[in-house]
This record gives sequence, C-alpha cells and structure tokens, in this order.
Amino acid sequence: MSSQLADMPSKIVNPPSIQPAADALPTPTPMIVVDHLDFYYGKSKALHAVNMNIAAKHVTAFIGPSGCGKSTLLRCFNRMNDLIEGTRIGAGEVRIQGVNIYDPTVDVISLRRQVGMVFQKSNPFPKSIYQNISYGLELQGVKDKKRLDEVVEKSLRGAALWDEVKDRLHSSALGLSGGQQQRLCIARAIAVEPAVILMDEPCSALDPIATSKVEELIQELKKKFTIVIVTHSMQQAGRCSDMTAFFYLGKLIEMDATQKIFTKPSQQQTEDYITGRFG
Amino acid sequence: MATQDVSNMEVPPPHPFMRPATAAMRSERRAFNVFRMATYSVLLAATAIFGVIFVKGADTIFTREFPFVNIAFLIESPETLHVFDHEGQHHEIGDREFRKYMEAHANPTIAEETYVYSAGGIFPCIVGTFFLVVGSMAIALFVGISAAVFLNEYSRGGRMVELLQLAILNLAGVPSIVFGLFGFGLFVLFAPIFASAPDPSHLYIPLGFGYLNFTGWGVSLISGWFTLAFMVLPVVITASEESLKAVPKGFREGSLALGATQWEAIRTNVLPYALPGILTSSILGIARVAGETAPIMFTAAYVVRDRLPWQVDHVLDVLFQGVMALPYHIYVVSSKIPQNAYTERVQFGTAFVFLGLVLGIALSSVILRNRLRARYRW
Ligand SMILES: Nc1ncnc2c1ncn2[C@@H]1O[C@H](COP(=O)(O)OP(=O)(O)O)[C@@H](O)[C@H]1O
Ligand SMILES: [Mg+2]
Repeated sequence: MSSQLADMPSKIVNPPSIQPAADALPTPTPMIVVDHLDFYYGKSKALHAVNMNIAAKHVTAFIGPSGCGKSTLLRCFNRMNDLIEGTRIGAGEVRIQGVNIYDPTVDVISLRRQVGMVFQKSNPFPKSIYQNISYGLELQGVKDKKRLDEVVEKSLRGAALWDEVKDRLHSSALGLSGGQQQRLCIARAIAVEPAVILMDEPCSALDPIATSKVEELIQELKKKFTIVIVTHSMQQAGRCSDMTAFFYLGKLIEMDATQKIFTKPSQQQTEDYITGRFG
Repeated sequence: MATQDVSNMEVPPPHPFMRPATAAMRSERRAFNVFRMATYSVLLAATAIFGVIFVKGADTIFTREFPFVNIAFLIESPETLHVFDHEGQHHEIGDREFRKYMEAHANPTIAEETYVYSAGGIFPCIVGTFFLVVGSMAIALFVGISAAVFLNEYSRGGRMVELLQLAILNLAGVPSIVFGLFGFGLFVLFAPIFASAPDPSHLYIPLGFGYLNFTGWGVSLISGWFTLAFMVLPVVITASEESLKAVPKGFREGSLALGATQWEAIRTNVLPYALPGILTSSILGIARVAGETAPIMFTAAYVVRDRLPWQVDHVLDVLFQGVMALPYHIYVVSSKIPQNAYTERVQFGTAFVFLGLVLGIALSSVILRNRLRARYRW
C-alpha cells in the first residue's frame, strides 16, 4: 500500500525527533503529521503554525467557519495547492508515513496515488461508469482486462454503489444522481488503493438521504483507509468522525476526540462555535 | 362626464386597457423596422449570390440527359475550346476531340475560334484545393492546438503570455495578401532543403551528415500549406483556447488527484472534451483556407498544370509541386482571359463546385463534431 513512499531514499525520511509539541493526542500510529505549518497564498498567510497528528484508519473531521483554512490544509496533504500560482509553505512540514512530502525528492504523482481526494463539487468524468473507476489504474499502466474488471467491481462495492449500477457500467457516469456521482468519485479514489482519502465537504451538494449514505460509507471505509473530511456541518462531524479539529482564522484552535469536542471543549472559541454563537 | 355636449367630448377609449400611442412606442416601432430591413438585406445579398451561382452553375454541372451530371467537367482537365463550322455543322469541342476530328477529316482548313480553358473540366483544381485544405488544416490544427494547450494549461500568465496573445490577435488582422507575400519570401524563396551536397549559390548549413541549402521550396504545395496554416492559425488558437477554457476545472483536478501527470490529464480528460468545440470553430478556418486566393497565388497555385499531384517521379515531389486550385482558377478564368459566353460557363461551374466542396468539408466536420459530442457530454 505504501510502496511508493517507502521506496524513497532513506535519507529524506525525517528523524523522528521533531514531533509536534502541542497537545499530544492519543493517536496510535499517526498517518499524517503536520508540524508547525505556515502556508501562504502569495503574501497572505492562510495557515499559522498548524500542528496536528492524524491517526491511521480513523476519521478526522475539520470544522470551522468558512475561510478558516480547512480546505487549504486538506489540499496541502496531496499537494493540490501546487496547482495554484504563488502558493508556498512558509515554514514547517507535512509528513505522511514519516516522509516530508514537500521534500524536493518527493514525486507528487506517487504521493497523490497514496493520498486520494474527493472534491466538494462531485466531478465524475464524462466517460462511462466503468472508465471512471478504471481511469486511475490505467494511468498506472494496468491493461489487463480481468484485473480492471475485478477492481471496478470491488471499488463500486466498496463505495456501496455496485448494486445500483452493475447493469449499466458502460453508460455515462453523468446519468447518475448527485449522490451516486459523489459515491462514484469515492469509488474512483479507492480504486487505486490509497492510504489516505481526503474529502472536502463531500456532502455539501447532496440531499439528506444521499448524505446519510455517504456517511455510512465513511464508517465502512475507515476500516481500510485513513480519512480526513472537511465539513461545514457539525452534525456530520459529530456523526461520522473519531477526531475533530476546529480551525479559526487559519489557526488550529483545538483538536480532540469528537466526543470531547462536542461535549466539553477546552477552548472558549470552540465552544462558542459549536453552540452556534458565531460562524 | 358632466357635460352634455357630445360633439365636444373626447372619444372614450373602447376599453380601459387601451394602449396609448406614445412617442416611445412609435420610435420603438421605427427602430424595429430598421433592424428588420437590415436583416432582410443580408438575406437578399445571400440569396442573390447563392441564387446566381446556383442557377448559372447548375447549367454547367447538370445535364438534361442521363447521368444528369456533367461528369466530364468534374473529372477532366481544362482544355482549349475550338469553335468552328465544318461541312455545314457547328462544332464546339475541346482540344483533344478537335485533334481527333482533324485527323479523321484529313486536316481540313477551317475558320475556327479558340477559347482557352473553356472546354474540359476542373478536376485538377478540385484535387489541388483538397490537398491544400487537408495539408494546411493539419498543420494549423497541430500547431494551433499545441499553442492553445501551452497558453491555457501550462503557461502561468506573465508578460510573455500577454505578448503572445497580442501577437495572435494581430496576426488575425493581417490581410491575406500579406500572408501570401510573407509565404513567398519565407517558404518559396528561402526555406531550407536537406541535401547531400552544399549549394554554393545559396546560404547553406553543413550538418555533418548532409547540408541544409536555403534554396526555398519553390511554388509548391508545402509552401502553400505553411502560408495558409499561418493565416488560419489565429482562428484555430483562439477557438482552441476557448474550448479548453470551457472544460470544467474539476476534470483536471480529478485526474491530477488520481496521480496523473499534467499531460495525462490534458490528453485523457481535457482535450477529448474540447475537441468538438475546436473543430466547430475550425470549420470557419477551412472555408477560409479553401477560399483565399491571395495567399496561394505566389506560393502554391499554378495557372495550369497537366500532371495531377500524385503523378510524380519521386514521393517527395508531391510536396514540392505547385497545384491548380479552385479560387485561383476562378480568378484566372474571370480576369486573365478574354471574356465571353464560353468562359462564363467555366466561371460559374467552378464557383458552383467550389461552394459545394466547402459545404461538403464543413458538413463532414459538423458530423465529426456531433459524433464526438455525443461521446463526451458533460
Ligand atoms: N486560490 C486562492 N488564492 C488566494 N487565497 C485563497 C485561495 N483559496 C483560498 N484562499 C484564502 O485562504 C483562506 C482559507 O481558505 P479555505 O482553505 O478555502 O477556507 P475553508 O475551506 O475553511 O472555507 C481564505 O481566507 C481564502 O480567502
Ligand atoms: Mg473549503
């Protein structure tokens, strides 16, 4: 699963000495370590010294008012911010499986195969359902039809979509409903067997029934994947995450077990936000 | 109403919602009529052009007897028309037939009139135009789409890109005769040809394994291709850029997030969706390439050429030969030879075929585009 990253030359693997100082969390094995991360869009600083550990095979939710930097941090994890001109890491690092992913020797392509992403606006390709799923594998050079068939079925089952689409695998993905399209995007992400799946408000455009399906799916997926989900809905964070991180104005205010965040947060700002006093 | 005097009373409106004839209303109606007339005048011009070409051209192209199409006009080369009276009969025949006739009648002395290019057909022109269009569009599409991909996908803005965009915009405004002269100077007179020996009468560059002699490509298909390609390039680049911009960003991000390189994302998830739009707008370019006379008159077109493009001694000669072309033929038969009833037949026939060919090419691109569109719709 982690082959590409593990194959990196050993010298770039950071010594384990630098660990985030702040409120250490009871994480079994941190999949992602964010270490004093400053992030800039041109001159404006969007993230201020963010520290966090994200546990493997857990669901971590990012909450906070709009514009507080949730998406920005999420997109740091698979370096999608590289696509935006003028972005840069001011200080600190992001380590995934121990590797600083902003090290110049890191290949972004293999990083993104390990760290999949589901977007806020579902973006199935205007190809068939089958081709949507097989796309990632074909990029990796898999041509074997049998193997592709297997992966397509497995991924669609994994995304709880198989029964709904098995009879029309070769018709356009754009014929699916909004909720189905988003689950297809999840299936597409898991088809390449990443270690981490990032989800940026995956349910913001879905109706309640489709939303609850995706939430159930997330519970299922965390058995195999590390999931980081940005959500604007605190109910959603409460329902489907193990850990919750609250951001405000580009700073991580508090991160703790979801239970604790929603019952007795240690920061006043968190409590204000959760009780709806602002945001 | 208080007053009883009916004659002084204003005529009451027939119903309470009666529309008053205000000044605004009247000027609205006037403006509307001006717009309407302007539109009709376009229709009138189009009808006149197409009508005349169709009616007069149809005289040449269609016949009253089976097979109803003047096949000779479509598949033969232009010939000189011989008009004469002999043994009480009037003859209007082409050169070849005329020679046979003379032989058969033991070369009689006759008073004949000859008209150049007024017999035979225009096959070499059809073929030439077809070759010119296909070659130059291939070059223009390749260069144009590549440039658009670079500008829209790879480049990150900046002064260089602004400069390029300005250059493209200006290129679109250059008159076609300037392209013709530019092509003549650059391709016909100057472009390099690879050879095993240097040509001391021209500039040459030794390459180690041979020489590049800057002897020019001569009046040739390849000179015409590049000249025409540069002429339509702005159209193709602009069309391609717009089509690329219309492809949602999510498709690119989706690909990249799955570990695609930028080129893989573009190739599999951007270009296929942009292609229908690119082709649609390039149809305009096709009509221009097929129709412009100025760019080819110095670079690729021959007044007359006996051999067809594939009748060459060496494969490479295909590129380095001039061709006859429809628009240039129309130009020649309408301005370079004496005008009479016989030349009119060729003029309108050629114009008719020319319109038909452009229509045919445009139609097939539309069909291709619709096929692609049906496959990739979002
Ligand atoms: N592409 C961008 N260019 C410049 N600034 C940006 C860009 N994207 C986001 N920002 C800024 O960064 C901050 C954090 O944005 P974002 O991470 O999208 O917030 P959230 O996802 O929490 O709503 C905001 O102030 C926003 O204006
Ligand atoms: Mg966001």
